[in-house]
Amino acid sequence: MMRRLWIGLTVLVFGLLLVIPVIRIAQGAFDAGWSGFWRGLTRPEALHALLMTGIIAVVATVVNAFFGVMLSLYLVRATWLGRRLKRLMNSLVDLPFAVSPVIGGLMIVLLLGPDTALGGLLGRAGIDIVYALPGMVIATLFVTFPLVVREVMPVLQEIGSQQEEAAHMMGAYAWTTFWRVTWPSIRWSVVYGVVLTVARCLGEFGAVLVVSGNILFKTQTATTLVYQDVENFNLTAANAVALALAAGSVLLLLFMEWAKSRKEVH
Amino acid sequence: MHVEVRGLNKKFGTFQAVKDVSFHIAKGQLIGLLGPSGGGKTSILRMLAGLETPDEGDIVFHGQRVNDLPPQERGIGFVFQNYALFKHMTVAENIAFGLEVKKWPKAKIKARVAELVELTGLKGFESRYPHQLSGGQRQRVAFARALAPEPQLLLLDEPFAAIDAKIRHELRSWLREMIDRLGITSIFVTHDQDEAIEVADEIMIINQGRLEQKGSPWEIYKDPQTPFVAGFIGESTIVEDIASLRGFADTLTWPGTKGLIRPEYIEVGKEHEFPLLSATETGRVKHIHFRGSEWLVEVEIGAIKLVTYRSLEKEVLHPGDAVHVLVHRAYLFNDNDSWVMENKLKEDPMPVHI
Repeated sequence: MMRRLWIGLTVLVFGLLLVIPVIRIAQGAFDAGWSGFWRGLTRPEALHALLMTGIIAVVATVVNAFFGVMLSLYLVRATWLGRRLKRLMNSLVDLPFAVSPVIGGLMIVLLLGPDTALGGLLGRAGIDIVYALPGMVIATLFVTFPLVVREVMPVLQEIGSQQEEAAHMMGAYAWTTFWRVTWPSIRWSVVYGVVLTVARCLGEFGAVLVVSGNILFKTQTATTLVYQDVENFNLTAANAVALALAAGSVLLLLFMEWAKSRKEVH
Repeated sequence: MHVEVRGLNKKFGTFQAVKDVSFHIAKGQLIGLLGPSGGGKTSILRMLAGLETPDEGDIVFHGQRVNDLPPQERGIGFVFQNYALFKHMTVAENIAFGLEVKKWPKAKIKARVAELVELTGLKGFESRYPHQLSGGQRQRVAFARALAPEPQLLLLDEPFAAIDAKIRHELRSWLREMIDRLGITSIFVTHDQDEAIEVADEIMIINQGRLEQKGSPWEIYKDPQTPFVAGFIGESTIVEDIASLRGFADTLTWPGTKGLIRPEYIEVGKEHEFPLLSATETGRVKHIHFRGSEWLVEVEIGAIKLVTYRSLEKEVLHPGDAVHVLVHRAYLFNDNDSWVMENKLKEDPMPVHI
């Protein structure tokens, strides 16, 4: 009896928190039929916003995957970094988890905004950071930075450095050793980290809103467009874009489950 | 390869791992680095390999200083303690790795891999992955992989530590045979003295970063040069008051001298078992333990406790029995010196010829 109650309660919470909102979004997206959904999604501002989100996701993911792997390698393997420095850097990696994205965005505005010394200098050189794409990419990078590092570091620690040393003893230099020995062991963790990064890029709101200024046809992303549509009571269109984003994320998470099973195999 | 090491020093932080170690190794020898864990054996091996940089000292191969040569260029095969096999590669791919890196032609690689698979008895396992192999097989893959690029020196870090006791014995003699056949200079690290004595041509005893003694196993057993070596090799009991034992009264000449006595230096038995009773002490059996092929006897002579073995063929002793104990020799040491002394009373001072 008690057990049934608990199961029922769990299903209820799961449904209220996850399932019903998705159904509501789908219903909302289609309340003017397929054409309503399609119109909401193919408005010029929606297309532009989705494009912006796409660009940010691609750039942030590529940069994060590359530097995430590099930083993990240094933090785990480098002997020339002091142990105390490593520990400090290791805890700094988690900073974006601890700091609200809005504050992260604010830090970028305060550091690189048009009124600051650095931002002003770059502005005079014709490079806008804040209220432009570069700032939005930086904000997204800030938010997603730990994701790859936190996936890759434990695996590097677990496999240890002996396989790499064995490769060195057989004549392999750093590059060959990385691609033939280290990479095959960490690749599924990198994939896992990349998927998490993409999903987070698609959904990022706070940091990007602060940095972008949410300028229509310029710095508006898919999430900030949904926000604006809701403000304007344009609910069908908001739901359409939201549904597209949710579908993208769900597909990614399914892919991630598959990647996770691969990670366990190798 | 002829290996020479001069004045090697290595510190990790404030911990002095290796202290002023010098030695040389002739071509084709199999050397065991023996000592307690954390004594610096592995650090010496890793510096030879180039995986650690010495703080001071020279490493010379074939008369050429190699300190500044990276591990990739030293031409050394290294077998790691846990084998460090590439777990995403098959046995054949693991063995071929070093050859591919060195850009050998494909046909030659294939032939060399086949040769090593044959040599190490891994035929039929070429396309298995490391996790599908037993411990002994993994060890042989690691060995084949290290040998593939035809190194001049083979280094093995605790090669048998991760293998269960029975297979360890087989692998030891297999390795000894293999290295004899290939004639490759080899150095292995171990903390197991039986392993070192059984396998090595020469043993180097390493303790607290220092090289205590280098020599053949028999030399080290027979003539230990430091109290540490004497205590580390074989079994032994330390006797503080050695002068009180019959036959060793002369040791009073050197105050502060202690004696180290091995079980095999001692005979224990009933009165009629000794032709020369004057050299024996009288004692009492404290415990006896059956050790499979012999008795382990604990005997007390006054306050001195000694341990020895006794053949199963002889009369069985019982706890509490009064016995005679003959101590053939003792290894004596004090703060300045150490030497072996024979029992002075063993030679009959007044032989009676009939």
